[in-house]
Amino acid sequence: MAVLELEGDTALVSPVRRRGRRLGGLFVAALFWVVLIGLAAILANVLPIVSPTDMDFLGKRAPPSAAHLLGTDQLGRDMLSRLIYGARISLTVGLLSPVIGLVIGGALGMLAGYFGGRFEALTVGGVDVLLAFPPLVFALAVTAYLGQSALNITLVIGVLSIPAFTRVARAVTLSLAQREFVVAAQTLGATHMRILLRELLPNVALPLMAFFLLAVAVTIVVEGALSFLGLGVPPPAPSWGSMIGEGRESLDIAPWLAFLPAGFMFATVLAFNVIGDTLRALTDPRPGAL
Amino acid sequence: MADSTSRLNAPLLSVEQLVVEYPVSGRTLSAVADVSLTVGRGETLGLVGESGCGKSTLGRAVLQLRRPTAGKVVFDGADLTALDGEALRLMRRRLQLIFQDPIASLNPRRCIGDIVAEPLVITGITDRNERERRVRDVLAAVGLDPDVVWRRLPHEFSGGQCQRVCIARALILEPELVICDEPVSALDVSIRAQILNLLEEMKQRYGLTLLFIAHDLAVVKAVSDRIAVMYLGRLCEVGPTEAVFDRPAHPYTALLLEAIPVPDPTVMPATNIATGEPPSPLDPPSGCRFRTRCPRADRLCAEKVPILQATAGGQTVACHHPLTG
Amino acid sequence: MTRALLSLEDVSVELPTPRGTLRAVDKVDLSLMPGRTLGIVGESGCGKTMLSRAILQLLPKRAKLSGRVRFGGHDLAALPAESLRRLRGPELAVVFQDPMTSLNPVLTIGTQLIETLQAHLGMDGAAAARRSVDLLAAVGIPAPAQRLRQYPHQLSGGMRQRVAIAIALSCEPKLLVADEPTTALDVTVQAQILDLLAREQRRRQMAMILITHDLGVVAGRTDEVAVMYAGRVVERAPTAQLFARMRMPYTEALLAAIPKLDSPPHTTLPAIAGRPPDPTRPMPGCSFSPRCRYADDHCRHAKPTLADPERSGGFYACWHPLTLPAAVGT
Repeated sequence: MAVLELEGDTALVSPVRRRGRRLGGLFVAALFWVVLIGLAAILANVLPIVSPTDMDFLGKRAPPSAAHLLGTDQLGRDMLSRLIYGARISLTVGLLSPVIGLVIGGALGMLAGYFGGRFEALTVGGVDVLLAFPPLVFALAVTAYLGQSALNITLVIGVLSIPAFTRVARAVTLSLAQREFVVAAQTLGATHMRILLRELLPNVALPLMAFFLLAVAVTIVVEGALSFLGLGVPPPAPSWGSMIGEGRESLDIAPWLAFLPAGFMFATVLAFNVIGDTLRALTDPRPGAL
Repeated sequence: MADSTSRLNAPLLSVEQLVVEYPVSGRTLSAVADVSLTVGRGETLGLVGESGCGKSTLGRAVLQLRRPTAGKVVFDGADLTALDGEALRLMRRRLQLIFQDPIASLNPRRCIGDIVAEPLVITGITDRNERERRVRDVLAAVGLDPDVVWRRLPHEFSGGQCQRVCIARALILEPELVICDEPVSALDVSIRAQILNLLEEMKQRYGLTLLFIAHDLAVVKAVSDRIAVMYLGRLCEVGPTEAVFDRPAHPYTALLLEAIPVPDPTVMPATNIATGEPPSPLDPPSGCRFRTRCPRADRLCAEKVPILQATAGGQTVACHHPLTG
Repeated sequence: MTRALLSLEDVSVELPTPRGTLRAVDKVDLSLMPGRTLGIVGESGCGKTMLSRAILQLLPKRAKLSGRVRFGGHDLAALPAESLRRLRGPELAVVFQDPMTSLNPVLTIGTQLIETLQAHLGMDGAAAARRSVDLLAAVGIPAPAQRLRQYPHQLSGGMRQRVAIAIALSCEPKLLVADEPTTALDVTVQAQILDLLAREQRRRQMAMILITHDLGVVAGRTDEVAVMYAGRVVERAPTAQLFARMRMPYTEALLAAIPKLDSPPHTTLPAIAGRPPDPTRPMPGCSFSPRCRYADDHCRHAKPTLADPERSGGFYACWHPLTLPAAVGT
């Protein structure tokens, strides 16, 4: 006797309760810090703080007080104000550079992984050349020719991040392109464009996003390092990296001048990493392998 | 071949002297070597063989997912190997494929409703209501409740349910030929029966022609009208299911039959099943490719490639020393 | 009567999941005499793999085991890690479903075999190498001396499973647990591997647990069969008796679902409707009742226990046991 299956199968595996309640305090703290720094950077002009370039020669290297909540630097400028305006540079460069890498590198990597053949060989070759180019020399060359500015720094770091994104996107796409659901789309007569956008992109996007957040953290450090070396945003505009560089000279008498921006950078980078890790764990469609 | 009077009498699919080769570390692997087959309208042809015998490659070559090196694939009068680009894309809708691993054949990030509607979107059916109606119909046909499954993701389903979704997606465009590539070998015995029954039911309902690829003869027997047995890229035996099972003519067919476990402890499991495994397809034996495992092999088998010949039993067999006829 | 080599008393395994506690194994009692074979049969998710992991003490870290697993006089769950490690190999060995994942891909077959022999039996390198060649030959691998230098990916699936069996057998275990050893393989290779296991089991007087979802696999190759459903053993009997006289409707349905070679093409298979219950939602009555064609109200409200009321050696957990010989396909 045949048993028809029309009635069965309604009792599904009961759905996984929406994750989200057990995010952990670390994630909440990280999110809070990023939002706080982000808002401060955006609203810097509106906030009731003194200008980051106003000098108070009478109050050089002053410890925290009512007038200067976090004290002043070696030129008597307000540290809190400089940290907030510095966040503007760090976050702008830190977010925009990886966007360049994400868009260009992600697209190149997906196309290379999907189509393979000569295009892939060419892309992989080009990426290898870019990787082999010494990044510091490249940054020096660009700033020497085009001048020092936030835009140029963004472009330099952005271009340098393309290879990493290309590799991640290509590796993920390669592993997916042979999967049956992609072949199934082909047998349905889907165009390459549709397969890339509808079948592959949603699956490649999440690993790329996780990598993007990691790249943000790295970029903030790189921007800091370049500014520290004097290749970043020109003075007197503050940046965390240049602040550490300037504070270094008075480490023995006023250590907070270097440690405050370093601490801000540390907290921000850590926060982006924590968010990246948590998002990656959350967006895996499987509820933890049994 | 005087059979060109009417298109209805002609086979829906005919594979003619198909050769599929691909390079493997500098050498040529011939996955399918000179295979000719026909599948009539409304017929189920079972294609059987061990892993690596080229049966899946043959299935994919029919769909032009892997381009054949030589030979023709004639589908409803059109040679698919000669088609390209847009023409091939349009033709593919009339042929569908069902895979072995049902979970891997569904995009993990799209919901079931979307996955099953995708073929309609690709075909350019823009009317949302019509799309929804057709998706509901086909989901109900494969035994899934559309209201329950629509918004869910594939990982929320068992293997058997995912295979139902795959069947729904393959059928929604009402194709003529469905190639089933080991559709039940990843499933439990109890679920296997459900899916096999479903395929039979769908075949009636949608008037399908099936090319059913599997390594398990018992499974193939349950659904097939005719059987083709493949070994290392070549056909060994082709014939009506009953004839092949009752009087296997090729020693390899007999070996496959013996290997099926019988759920009855009073039947002692056949021991001394021709030992060993198929040799590497990179370096196939000369003459008959099965001779290295065949109890009947002699010098002739090493020298001459056997060709398919009719037997008294109604099947065709490629063997110098067939078991019957 | 000899002492049982392995005995499970009231064994349960619970796993925490996002959907609640999953009771993978529910109060299982089993015993196995030395040199005997036991088949454990059931669908995916019935708990057969978790039960085998409980025997091997290879449960996931978050799993909670209750009850007792006694093996040769030891309570395995209470054994310290070091003694357990020494037990594995010479006493307890396992063959998994996928030989590709159970073999180390970056070590040669020879290294893996020789290291096992050296570690457990204290052999020197030369003796272990000679012994490895013998073992590979015994499991039917042609040209064993050359194979020692090869890596797992250079072998076919069947050959890899033979190597995994050779490693499992290398220390002459008293109990071999084979967890779906042939599910990933072709039918022809499956027959060869099952024959190999049966032959080695008899030759070495080794006890064996053969876990599978296919009743056809256990039919000619085990002394006793336990059928599992939703974490419980629902029927247990000597193999011949079980196939001659099935009492539990689930066992009958499982057998009927196998495509038969002697039925004509296009015969509709008697499939089991529906799916197994959600293991995180225990039900009051018999777990099979929603899919059982004999079920009535009593079945849905009271859970039958595994018993042998006729004293025939055949245990079953059912309120309405089948009385006639299994009527396949009706």
